[in-house]
Formats: sequence, C-alpha cells, structure tokens
Amino acid sequence: MKADAQARWLATGLLCLVALMWSTPLLWMAVAAFRPQNFGGLDMASLMPDFVPTLANFAEALSSADFPRLYLNTVLVCGGILAVQLVTVTMAGFAFARLRFRGAGVVFYLLLMQLMIVPPVLIVPNLVTVTKLGLYDTLLAVMLPYFGSAFGVFLMRQTFRTIPRDFEEAAIVEGASLFQIVTRVLVPLARPGMVAFAIVSVVSHWNEFLWPLMVISDPDHQTLTIGLASFTRGAESASQWGVIAAGTFLVGGPLIAAFALFQRQFVNSFLFSGVK
Amino acid sequence: MIHERSLSVQDAALPRARTAARAARRAPGLRALALLAPTLAFLLLFTYWPILASLVQSVRIETFGSTETTTGLGNFVRLWEDAGFRRALVNNAVYAAGTIGPGIALALALAVGLQEATGFNTALRSVVFFPVMIPLVAAAALFSFVFLPGIGLIDHYLGKLGAAQVNWLGNPDIALFSLIGLTIWKNAGYYMLFFLAGLQAIPQDLYEAARIEGAGGWARFRRVTLPLLGPTFAFVFVIALINAVTQIDHVVVLTKGGPSDSTNLLLFYIYQQAHENYDHGKAAAATVVTLALLLSLSVLSLRTLERGTHYES
Repeated sequence: MKADAQARWLATGLLCLVALMWSTPLLWMAVAAFRPQNFGGLDMASLMPDFVPTLANFAEALSSADFPRLYLNTVLVCGGILAVQLVTVTMAGFAFARLRFRGAGVVFYLLLMQLMIVPPVLIVPNLVTVTKLGLYDTLLAVMLPYFGSAFGVFLMRQTFRTIPRDFEEAAIVEGASLFQIVTRVLVPLARPGMVAFAIVSVVSHWNEFLWPLMVISDPDHQTLTIGLASFTRGAESASQWGVIAAGTFLVGGPLIAAFALFQRQFVNSFLFSGVK
Repeated sequence: MIHERSLSVQDAALPRARTAARAARRAPGLRALALLAPTLAFLLLFTYWPILASLVQSVRIETFGSTETTTGLGNFVRLWEDAGFRRALVNNAVYAAGTIGPGIALALALAVGLQEATGFNTALRSVVFFPVMIPLVAAAALFSFVFLPGIGLIDHYLGKLGAAQVNWLGNPDIALFSLIGLTIWKNAGYYMLFFLAGLQAIPQDLYEAARIEGAGGWARFRRVTLPLLGPTFAFVFVIALINAVTQIDHVVVLTKGGPSDSTNLLLFYIYQQAHENYDHGKAAAATVVTLALLLSLSVLSLRTLERGTHYES
C-alpha cells in the first residue's frame, strides 16, 4: 500500500507539472497585457503582477487595428453560417432520421466523405469557384463553403432519433403538416442537439484563419483572426510583446469568457461532437 | 415502412392519421430529396465539384505561350521532382507522427489521472482545456513570445535553470518540433475530453472482476481500460490526423514554412504554389495527393473503429 501512495503522489505531481506548463502561456498573456510598456524588456517573461495595471497596451492594440470592425465581421460570419446551417442540417437530419428513401446509403457515404475531407484542403479550387461567382473579397464568400455541414446533419439525425415518435404521431392525428411537425414539435425537442451544434460551429468559425485569408483582401472585410495575424507581424517587429498579449486577449477573450461561464454546456457540446 | 408499423394500432380508429401516413408513404423519395437538396447543393458546390476540378486540373498540362492543353501525368512528375514537395511530405509525416502519438498518449494519461470528478481535478481539466478555445492564430501569436530566443518564456525560465539559449523557430533542426509542441499544447485538452467520456462508459464491475482475480493497477489498465477504449482511440486518431493535415495557421503566422523549408507542410505547400507561384497544375496535383492520403488513412482507421466496437457488445 505504501508503493500505491507513492505512485499517487508522483501522479499528482506530474499532473500539476502539466497544468503549470499548460497555463503559463495564457497566464503570461493575462499579466503582460496589463503591464506598463516602459517595463524593462529583459524581464518581459516575468509572470509576477508586480506593477500597477494599465490599459495602455489595449489602447495601442485598439488604435492599430480596427477591432470594432473585426468583431462585427466575425460575428456576422459566425452568425450567418450558423443561421443557414441550422436550417439545412435540420432538414437533412430529419430526412435521415425519419424518412426511408432509395439512395439513402449513397447519400450517407457522400456526407461521410465531406466529414473526412474538410474544406481547408480544397481552398484552391474553392477560391476559383467563389471568384467565378463574383464573390471574391466578400463576407458571403467566407461563409458559403460552410452552409452545408455533414457533421451537423449527423448530429441532428442522432438527436431526432432520440425523440419518441409518439409526439409526431399525435401531431399527425391533429392534422399538422410536415413543416409544422418539424418546426413546432421536433425542433423544440431537439434543442440540446442544436445548442451543441451551435457551440461547435461558432467556436470553429470564430477561430478560422486560412480560408478568410484566401478570399479577403480588403481590410474592411477582415475577420478577427486575420486582423490579429497582420497586427502581430507589426507588433512583433517592434518587439511590443505587451501589445501582442493585449491583442490576443481581445481575440481569444470572448470565447474563453463564454467557456468559463458555461463550462458544462461547452464540454458536453464538444463531447457530443464526437458521438456519431 | 416506418410509418405503417407505428401507426397500425391507431389506424382503425383514426382515419385521418391513415391518410397522412399514406401521403407520407406516397412520395418519401421526393420528400427526402427536397429536404436534402440544400445540404447536397452546398456540398456539391464546395466539396464534390472542387475534388473533381482538382482531378481534372491535375492532369491538364498547359504549354507556355499557347492556349492548347494536353492531358497527362506531367504535373505529378513535376511535383515529385520538386524537392520542396518531397520535403513537405516528409515534414508532414514527421509532424503527424509527432503530434498524434505523443498528443494521444498525453491526453489519455491526463484523462486517467483526472478521471475522478474532484474539485481539484475539475480545475486541472479546465486548465488543460483552455488552449482549445483560443484560435490557433492567437496561440501562434502567444508562442511567438514563448519561443523568443533569450527573453521569451521558455528561454527565460530554462535559463534560470542553467540551460543555454535555443533558437526555437530559427533553427531548421528544431523549428518543426517547436510547432509540434505548440500543437500538442493546443489540442491535448480536446482529445482528453473524448478519453474522459470513454473511461466513463467502462462498466465498473469489470474492474471489480479484475481486482478479484488479483489483477494489479497496471494489469487492469492494460487488460480492461486499453481494449475498451479501442473505438475512442480510432476516433481521436482520425481527428488528430485531419488536424495534422488541415491546421496550418501557426505555420503561416510563425515560420512561413521556413527556415529553409524545414516547417513546410502539405497544405502550406499547396497554398504557396497557388498563391505565390501561380502554378495551378502543381497545386492541383498536390491537392489530389493530399486528398488521397487523408481519405485512405481516415477510412483505414475507421475500419479499425468498426472492428474496435465489437469489444463493447
């Protein structure tokens, strides 16, 4: 039993070490963002909040990139994608969960393929498509490839399957149309699945970088991640690490705050995204 | 017919239900098609069509100074002859092996260690999960300071322990491993979640039975935990593989594939060919190769997933 206790202490020690390594970069971000700029450059790595906190780094970050515009664009992109996705995945998810039709298997595998290929690999041909549609350098171009989501369809299919048929049958008896059954009966009951999908969708598009980088050239159409990347390049060459920390704080902050507030919901959503 | 069976009990008493069920039966195909149409249209435009377009483009050979094109495997030959592409292929293999293996091992260790839902464990889980929430670009921005030679986070604290300075991103022998470290930091918490869920699904009486038969902690882990986590392993493997191919934001922000191509990965190579060299034939050929690799490896591991699920029943 003594060896067991020793092993337990060793494991706890290792876990704490990992936790320390994992939290240090974010801790540094939180400290450095509020550190006065004239602070000695050599001790920039210090994690000690041994100073009077200042917002100077934030002021400088906000003045060197149009953050309100970046936030607005990012919210528009995430919201636009999610709004269309919720309609398309609910429809397709319902078809898979409740209708029997010929070719269901083929369509299922076609969807599975999208799940594994993931749009980023297809950025080059998709850029051609978007340009031909005359949408280059628009927010719609950033959103368009994600309007259909195989992942969302599978998730809604699973969710609808957990709902007993009795509810729909009662609605049929009362003469409800298919549209009414889906919108009035199934969608309210499928809310947990839809919330899970919404969280995963918003997080992944809030964080997306490569595709918007390809299709956007006008600074007025940039999203947060693109703004942060170009802003980091500038601040890095000037060694303004405090400003970089503040900028990162501004970009990652909203999701981290949301996660801290709704931890259980977030964790469940991400788990849900794995149960297919 | 699903509707038929489920309605049969009420059919006699409720003629209206019968008509509705009959209507649903009449054209389930049309109905399904209408419901699936928006999803299929978007997938057609942005997944299947681009795959086809890449295939066509990859075998089309444009002659300089003429509008005529011929068909052949020339682009693939040029691709293979390009040392930059071979380098990206090898780098990506190293990057995948370095992020998937250690990343999964660490995630599993964390899940086993933080399995019990004590307050302390929940706090540590959150700490490990925070990096999942921030954009990869933001992580890269932070790590530009973490990796900064001399005064950055790593060198500052290692220096206090007496270690020498390291040029984490500037040394071609080290840079790729620095990016691997960043990726593991970013994703370990995500994979840990799936292992935590997998562990919860293992029935406790299996452990009891093993204990009664005298199995020690290690034996219980090897004989009960590991085999029953089979499906979770396969699933996390596929996600980690897809990430290793499609997530290159940190390459764009931190190294641009350098120094001397040491951190160039397949997708960044494709991006360079299309955006910087305007060599669309080569970009398409590289896209086709990447797609083929990704798809075959995913299918292979999903097969394993299917085989793995038999353990559960």
